[in-house]
Amino acid sequence: MTSETADLVVIGAGPAGLAAACEARELGMSVVVLDEQTAPGGQIYRNIESVTDDRQDVLGPDYVAGQELAAAFRRSGAEHCGGATVWNLTTDGVVDYIADGPKTVSGKYVLLASGAMERPFPIKGWTLPGVMGAGAAQVLLKGAGAVPAGPVTMVGSGPLLYLLAWQYMRAGVRIAVVVDTTPMTNYLRAVPKLPGALAGWPDLSKGLKLLGALRKGGVKVYRDAREVAIEGRDAAQAVTFRHRGGRIELPARLVLLHQGVVPNVQLSMSTGLDHSWDAAQHCWTPVTDEWGRMATSSLYVAGDSRGISGALASAVQGRLAALSIGQQLEKLSDLQTRAAPLRRQLKRYMAIRPFLDTLYCPREIHRVPTDDDVMVCRCEEVTAGQIRGYVKLGCLGPNQTKAFGRCGMGPCQGRFCGVTVTELIAKERKVDCAEVGHYRIRPPIKPILLRDLSAPKDEEP
Amino acid sequence: MATEPYFVIPAKPGSSTVTITFEGRKIVVPAGISVAAALLAGGVGVFRTSIVSAAPRAPFCMMGVCFECLVEIDGISGRQSCMVPVTDGMAIRRQEGSSALDVSEGAKDDV
Repeated sequence: MTSETADLVVIGAGPAGLAAACEARELGMSVVVLDEQTAPGGQIYRNIESVTDDRQDVLGPDYVAGQELAAAFRRSGAEHCGGATVWNLTTDGVVDYIADGPKTVSGKYVLLASGAMERPFPIKGWTLPGVMGAGAAQVLLKGAGAVPAGPVTMVGSGPLLYLLAWQYMRAGVRIAVVVDTTPMTNYLRAVPKLPGALAGWPDLSKGLKLLGALRKGGVKVYRDAREVAIEGRDAAQAVTFRHRGGRIELPARLVLLHQGVVPNVQLSMSTGLDHSWDAAQHCWTPVTDEWGRMATSSLYVAGDSRGISGALASAVQGRLAALSIGQQLEKLSDLQTRAAPLRRQLKRYMAIRPFLDTLYCPREIHRVPTDDDVMVCRCEEVTAGQIRGYVKLGCLGPNQTKAFGRCGMGPCQGRFCGVTVTELIAKERKVDCAEVGHYRIRPPIKPILLRDLSAPKDEEP
Repeated sequence: MATEPYFVIPAKPGSSTVTITFEGRKIVVPAGISVAAALLAGGVGVFRTSIVSAAPRAPFCMMGVCFECLVEIDGISGRQSCMVPVTDGMAIRRQEGSSALDVSEGAKDDV
């Protein structure tokens, strides 16, 4: 087992991690960046270093902007360890991971930048082949240049769904229909947040351009759709939904679902440090100080894994965390002076968030299924009705659902059912999500081979 | 048992390819992509069957979170096909139900 040390270990090579590594290197720190993917970029800038010109054109300028950050990272002198599966992390900065065998790196400080994941969309039929996340389809586009083979049905709400539709139009993909589940009432609720969002006008105008392009492209859009379900026995065959009081059924072979993203908190949760329920974004976020530090530990968090903020804000958060760490390590003495311009940038990038959070807040029925047959825990196949049954028997929270019916005990370790189970139990018990809590996450946070763990120290496995 | 592919990867002239197999069937795919992308474009509709009801499943998140894309790769079960890049000659099999724990190899070593 090989072991090394660094001033800063960064976990995750998306915008937050890359920017933090660059900043830390400029301050003279030794930096190791661990990432599950082989190349830097994270999900948002996936494959950014080797993307072809024609695909750049399809993906658009916001994606291509990531090239500059990736290049700066390569020049920074930070050590990049791709293909690394982190499975354990301690509050004093020891990181265990697998990359061609078991390895350990100890950071004086560790920055968690594990990004976001798509919010689960628990509806009838969402486990069928032919149904996947819109974000997943975008990963296929960025990573492999893969596009739907036939007409695609896009269902849900939020910027990523519209961006992918725009990218597909540029790639010549036929979009059969967009079933937009954004509640009409959200538009009214979002209006008061609009003045605040104007500080982020470039983001606003980009969004409007996207939606305008879809309209001009003649894509059929059903608005204010609700109670979506996917029909099919062994694969998706149709999508059904309620629209203007009637029920509509459309044939659909490939259905892409999306209703926003939530922080991927598996890593921070595994440390046992505090998290709180964000009632506006309906998700868990780690409790940190203004720099992203978790309690008095050696751990900092930046980017979407600290709360959904977007790529540009994530990069700034990464830099601010690196500055704070730099001060702890006595690499700088003028923290506030250096941080001031970054704080102004961050404020501008975050200006649009309250508006977006309100406008694209997913419907409760699409977050907390009322239909008892809907699968909530996809791994162990536990339904909403079963979980409600556990609550009736006295189950108080997610950890007890494990004992009642193995909910959350499959290979995804509760990643994909966690927020749903918390909200479902809270609603059934008529208490706050904070009171219900989340699964207790324990290492190894990724399934690993016993062979890797049992390799003798200082020997190749 | 190939189905009509859900995704296509438009061919790039001059780009390198690798050959993998799924359940013994040969699939030629671009180098450098994930196993999951290769299978989706190679007409694989069902990656695994679920562990309770043996229902068909396929990739959902493509970023290592949902574990729906688990397959057996070169004899090792429970691999996340969305996280593993294709290599030439890779033999992939569908994962039926829960992953089997085969202790025969290790048991032999210990004797």
